[in-house]
Amino acid sequence: MSLVTEIAILVLAAFVGFAVISKIPNTLHTPLMSGTNAIHGIVLLGGLIAISEVSGAFNDFILVIAIAFGTINVVGGFLVTDRMLEMFKKRPTPQAEASEDGAGKPEDES
Amino acid sequence: MTVTGFFLRDDVFLDYVYIIAFSLFILGLMFMTSPRTARRGNMVAAVGMAIAVADTLLRHGIHKWGLIILGLAIGTAVGVPAARSVKMTAMPQMVALFNGVGGGAVALISWAEYRHFGNSLGSKHLIPTLFAAIIGSISFWGSNIAFGKLQELIPGRPIMLPGRLQTVLNAALLTVAVVLAVLIASGTHSNLMFFLILVAAAILGNAIVLPIGGADMPVVISLLNAFTGLSAAAAGIALDNIAMIVAGMLVGASGSILTNLMAEAMNRSIPAIVAGGFGGGGAAIAAAEDAEERTARSTTADDVAIQLSYANRVVIVPGYGMAVAQAQHAVRELTKLLETNGVDVAYAIHPVAGRMPGHMNVLLAEADVPYDQLKEMDDINPVFPQVDVALVIGANDVTNPAARDVPDSPIYGMPILDVDKAHSVIVLKRSMNTGFAGIDNPLFYKENTSMLFGDAKESIQHVTEEVKQL
Repeated sequence: MSLVTEIAILVLAAFVGFAVISKIPNTLHTPLMSGTNAIHGIVLLGGLIAISEVSGAFNDFILVIAIAFGTINVVGGFLVTDRMLEMFKKRPTPQAEASEDGAGKPEDES
Repeated sequence: MTVTGFFLRDDVFLDYVYIIAFSLFILGLMFMTSPRTARRGNMVAAVGMAIAVADTLLRHGIHKWGLIILGLAIGTAVGVPAARSVKMTAMPQMVALFNGVGGGAVALISWAEYRHFGNSLGSKHLIPTLFAAIIGSISFWGSNIAFGKLQELIPGRPIMLPGRLQTVLNAALLTVAVVLAVLIASGTHSNLMFFLILVAAAILGNAIVLPIGGADMPVVISLLNAFTGLSAAAAGIALDNIAMIVAGMLVGASGSILTNLMAEAMNRSIPAIVAGGFGGGGAAIAAAEDAEERTARSTTADDVAIQLSYANRVVIVPGYGMAVAQAQHAVRELTKLLETNGVDVAYAIHPVAGRMPGHMNVLLAEADVPYDQLKEMDDINPVFPQVDVALVIGANDVTNPAARDVPDSPIYGMPILDVDKAHSVIVLKRSMNTGFAGIDNPLFYKENTSMLFGDAKESIQHVTEEVKQL
């Protein structure tokens, strides 16, 4: 693939990222950080591709570590995010959006 | 040539599958914008990742299966138990750690690629490889230091060289890394030089994060998250891999936005944070003010119970102390009881309470606190003068009036919750120690403030018992 194509993809991806993510409410920032953190575990692909390209024991060694690191990033990242978000889901009341109705009116939920 | 033949040739078909994978990442992020669909969003992204990995493994030329399986097995064996067992309070450092290994993987991949191909990579691949190596190495070491600080393996206070030496050192390290990279990119082949780039970037990663005080750590993790994303995108260009380019850049973009939002919430500029030293002035200011001989009033659980029960309006201000004591369920129980007694209860959530934005929301959601009781800073601040009791549970810096009133304070200008404007303030705290930023809090010495010392969870449970007996 030509460099200019790749740079074009890069720039478009940046705009997509900005557009999608700027809408995320404060409350979800921690899960978001954790979720995007899992997504950059995509580096695992790099490890898989590289280990098949290179030769030499030392290169293999550092790439096994890289694959292990990438896997930790992916698996751990998605699991931790899921655990965080699980808590949002089991809320009894489905009123997700925080209300604008003045701070702290009595809410008779029980 | 048949259509099938076209798709199977040179993994063309698999390139198309990458498009599905990164579309799922984007879709997942879109779902994550609402609390109701967020969990599904994470799963959609995870499916995208599974497709991307399977796609890569199916490609021609993938071999050394033994080593690949070994790496995947080690990663799974480490990652799964770590993610399963980590406590919700330790989430921030876990994110730092996962971020770090991602950056480390990028640095190692770049290193192996250079060691194997050398300058035959050609500048189209060599320049992104060098970029990925520098950023990946900074991110790995920086994240480890952030982890160490949050886990309290190393002191949260700024650790730095005196005067301008730190800035000089950082600039020198960056210069070394960049100059060596330029030399390699312009044709000098040297494995040693590449290694030295990694080392310079590693020291730089340490040198950038060590001087940053604990209070700024969320911003730093976010920044490093963006760094890892960018390095992954660069590695994607180096390896001609679309999935890596798109996914890495998505994270680079989101990390930058988050970093900005957080820095804004603390009224700090990102360059100032990276320059470091924040939180170091606390001792001097505390010493200066000690001359005024202030005393904090200590109170008891039954007194707190009485104040709460006879209040009309109570605002809970949770902070890291609540997270550490795992007090969120006890707090929920107390507030339920107060609500049945007709007290109006709300929670005031500072954007950076805890150590990550949204940290408190996660914990309170775990304890089934209804969303609409969680009030953001701008909504709750005008209300504080009408609040009877502000119950501060393990929050410190985010309630420090010095940020509003004392121009000399290191946190001056940071938006705070105006709890001191409530009729009465009760602060639950383990001791009179300063908060994460290491800055003394004048709130504790105000006339309408009383302190209830002890573990937050036990204190809340005592108060609940007392309220029941009233």
